[in-house]
Amino acid sequence: MALRVENLRIYYRTLHGYVHAVEGATFSVRDGEIMGLAGESGCGKTTLGHSLVYMKPPMIYMEGKVFLDGQELPIWDMRRMNEFRWRLVSIIPQYAMNALNPTRRIGHLIADLLAERGLSYKHVLPELKRRLDLVQLSPEVLDRYPFELSGGMRQRMVMVISTLLNPSLLIADEITSALDVSTQKAVCEMIIEFRNRGFVRSTIFITHDMSILYQIADTVLVMYAGQLVEKAPVEEIFRSPRHPYTRMLIAALPRVGARQRTERLRGIPGSPPRLLDPPPGCRFRDRCPVAFERCTETPPFVEVEPGHFVACWREI
Amino acid sequence: MGSRSELLYFAWRNVKLRIGLGILLVFTLAALIGPYFAHHDPNAYVGPPGYPPSAEYWLGTTTFGQDVYSQFVHGLRSTFVVGLLGGGIGTILGVCIGLLAGYRGGWVDEILNMFTNIILILPTLAVLIIIAAYLTVRGIVVESIFIGCTSWPWAARAIRAQTFSLRVREFVDLARMSGRGTLKIMLTEIAPNMMSYLFMVFILQFGGAILNAATLDFIGLGPTQGVSLGLMLNNAVLWAALQLGMWWWLIPPGAAITAIVGALYVMNVGLDEIFNPKLREL
Amino acid sequence: MLALENVTKIYRTGALGLRRLTAVSEVSFEIGEREIVALIGESGSGKSTIGKMILRLLRPTSGTIRFEGQDIFALNGRAVKDYYRKVQGVFQDPFASYNPIFKADRIFALIREEFFPHLSRAQWEQKVEEALRAVGLNPPDVLGKYPHQLSGGQLQRFLIARALLLDIRLLVADEIISMLDASTRVDVLNLLGDLRERGLSILFITHDLSLGHYISDRAIVLYRGRIVEMGPTERVYARPLHPYTEMLMASVPRIDQKWARQPARMEQSVTPGPTGCVYYGRCPIAQEICSRRMPELVEVEAGHYVACFMRS
Repeated sequence: MALRVENLRIYYRTLHGYVHAVEGATFSVRDGEIMGLAGESGCGKTTLGHSLVYMKPPMIYMEGKVFLDGQELPIWDMRRMNEFRWRLVSIIPQYAMNALNPTRRIGHLIADLLAERGLSYKHVLPELKRRLDLVQLSPEVLDRYPFELSGGMRQRMVMVISTLLNPSLLIADEITSALDVSTQKAVCEMIIEFRNRGFVRSTIFITHDMSILYQIADTVLVMYAGQLVEKAPVEEIFRSPRHPYTRMLIAALPRVGARQRTERLRGIPGSPPRLLDPPPGCRFRDRCPVAFERCTETPPFVEVEPGHFVACWREI
Repeated sequence: MGSRSELLYFAWRNVKLRIGLGILLVFTLAALIGPYFAHHDPNAYVGPPGYPPSAEYWLGTTTFGQDVYSQFVHGLRSTFVVGLLGGGIGTILGVCIGLLAGYRGGWVDEILNMFTNIILILPTLAVLIIIAAYLTVRGIVVESIFIGCTSWPWAARAIRAQTFSLRVREFVDLARMSGRGTLKIMLTEIAPNMMSYLFMVFILQFGGAILNAATLDFIGLGPTQGVSLGLMLNNAVLWAALQLGMWWWLIPPGAAITAIVGALYVMNVGLDEIFNPKLREL
Repeated sequence: MLALENVTKIYRTGALGLRRLTAVSEVSFEIGEREIVALIGESGSGKSTIGKMILRLLRPTSGTIRFEGQDIFALNGRAVKDYYRKVQGVFQDPFASYNPIFKADRIFALIREEFFPHLSRAQWEQKVEEALRAVGLNPPDVLGKYPHQLSGGQLQRFLIARALLLDIRLLVADEIISMLDASTRVDVLNLLGDLRERGLSILFITHDLSLGHYISDRAIVLYRGRIVEMGPTERVYARPLHPYTEMLMASVPRIDQKWARQPARMEQSVTPGPTGCVYYGRCPIAQEICSRRMPELVEVEAGHYVACFMRS
């Protein structure tokens, strides 16, 4: 068991009170698993991903435990997490490709990062070059400044840097959302390749785009308004989703070949609740077509079939 | 809670703003009410020369026997007039030119930019000396106008940059597609989005104008009539108040200018913290 | 109804505008009555520039755009207003489309001030309510609120309702659903389809091929400012002719079929000659001629055009 998260609760402090961004998240990611983390904007998927690596204010750790390879991660302690970051858990934030220091050559940038952790650039260089080659970047990019590279090239560069120390867990946050479809595909294939070659053990791939997850994920975890809704192997979640939200979400995706004149898709009426003061119970209940009295209690996230977890009273 | 009341909340919590406002309020009151308690004409020779503060002359008298208190409160008034008028003119010119250059772009921008640069490098003092040579009678208003007309360039530059970033926003396109004219778009779409910015520009111009006026007065290029804090300083230094130990002549105007300008700048920092969510403290 | 003829847009950048950047190059196409045309392209393909030129927000460097036979850049004064009465646009970022310091319904007030100053308050309110209901919003829920109090989907519908207040004939929809969540984007998309039934034409600008397919009658594929393929949506999707379109079709993430395991061709730094085909650097089937000349759009089957020497 590579990653195990138990009852993780993360809030945000705002002027008006606490935003209940992640509520009682319990799940695990196997060795070698690419887990897609999906949901609408504001559902807490990015918060969940970031909290495992970089718990910065106004994010607040409320409770919960995180184990990676049997070792507990002190995610509430920014300083102690330093020795785990990059080495053991690594993150590619959404706009990472635009966040590289523009005044340093990329090679220097990497050398600095390594030096901070007492590692030698020379030592790592042969492996670095091998990996650049793998993502079709020539080693001369190390002598370039970040702005000299195109968006797609920078994204590949960031991916190589963040996996350079072979972390156990890689968190990729919306890394494909600003890219064109052709580059998107290439980046996704790299994620799979990195896993296959053992550069990273487990991956959490955060995206709002379900169709990308169908292409690359082994399992998919769906979140809604801060709560875990469903987790299942990828084929299962697309073919036989159990939670009404997942079902409606997948039904709303246009397939290539679907046309409005022949097959009219439907969205989900209504909008998610405010997380500042969320109603008790299942947070989807206002939009749910099959909600009943029991839904005012929070449904547990239980395994209904091997590897298939659902939080819905109708399915238990 | 709307965004407006949120701003007020942060404004109230901001210590810098409160301190700055407090100081400013004290001096404003002094300028407004103070003269009613002054029993003497500020420039009349009314008392014994070089007399220290007493019950009759609250802040003492000058070498010529003028009442320092009376000069001080009247001087404060003219200081605020210069600040409001000079700062106001500087702000209005800067905003209009900045908005126009930023919104229209192209050759309009190039010409206005050139104009701005010319004013920027103009040797203000030299020009003023020339003007002083022609205008034998100069009042506080003339001084304010001059300050306003020479201090706008940096404001124009800042506003221009802001406008550049706002005019490509979609809501401006939407207004154009609603058939709005250029002037209306600048005034009703772009300017309101810079309110916080404009406010800060005004505060800085206000402080700058006071400081400029004090400098001009101090080197003898100020108004030929009336009183001002800068003129008081000028006279005090001219007649060796420092060497004669007449601190009461020197300190009130000097401290007041420092405090007012300082308060304005502290307020500016405070406002920056309020308007910029990244600097807000929770 | 709307016709673009050899429209080219060159931006001048750098100091003194010495560097030139060709965003759109000799683009010609038409939009007919009651037609949804999907303009498909990746970022930087010039698709938004085309939309902005149709909306008169940018002026083409050369070429003409005609609406009902009239050159839209020859219009002035009242005629411009009349044009905006019939042609309107909705943009990608719903939050940027609203002036953040005003209430969202100010966009309606603007329309009233400029187009309907004589309408009484009651008449106007009724008109607004009708438009809001037509886009599937419940007026009391959404009126009198600030933009940040509404969802992205609601804001986009608001903008469409704004267009409906006018006698609109053509709507330019520039990536209007790319920032919406999956659960609401289909509804906005369906709304566009319903508007077509009401007699509107729509230019649907998108980078998302499945969404383009779902809604459009005709598809135009752009690459680096040039049309590489154009035709009835079903034909373009079922039988893509240009290698670029082919590559796009193969890269779309589908939910019914996994990607073929063929390596994607990355962008190489090979730049085509100034006169060569724009796709030359990435094209798997390029021949020597492609580096010398840009192929013309050729009609291969009824209404289906492609700009490729190898495929026409």
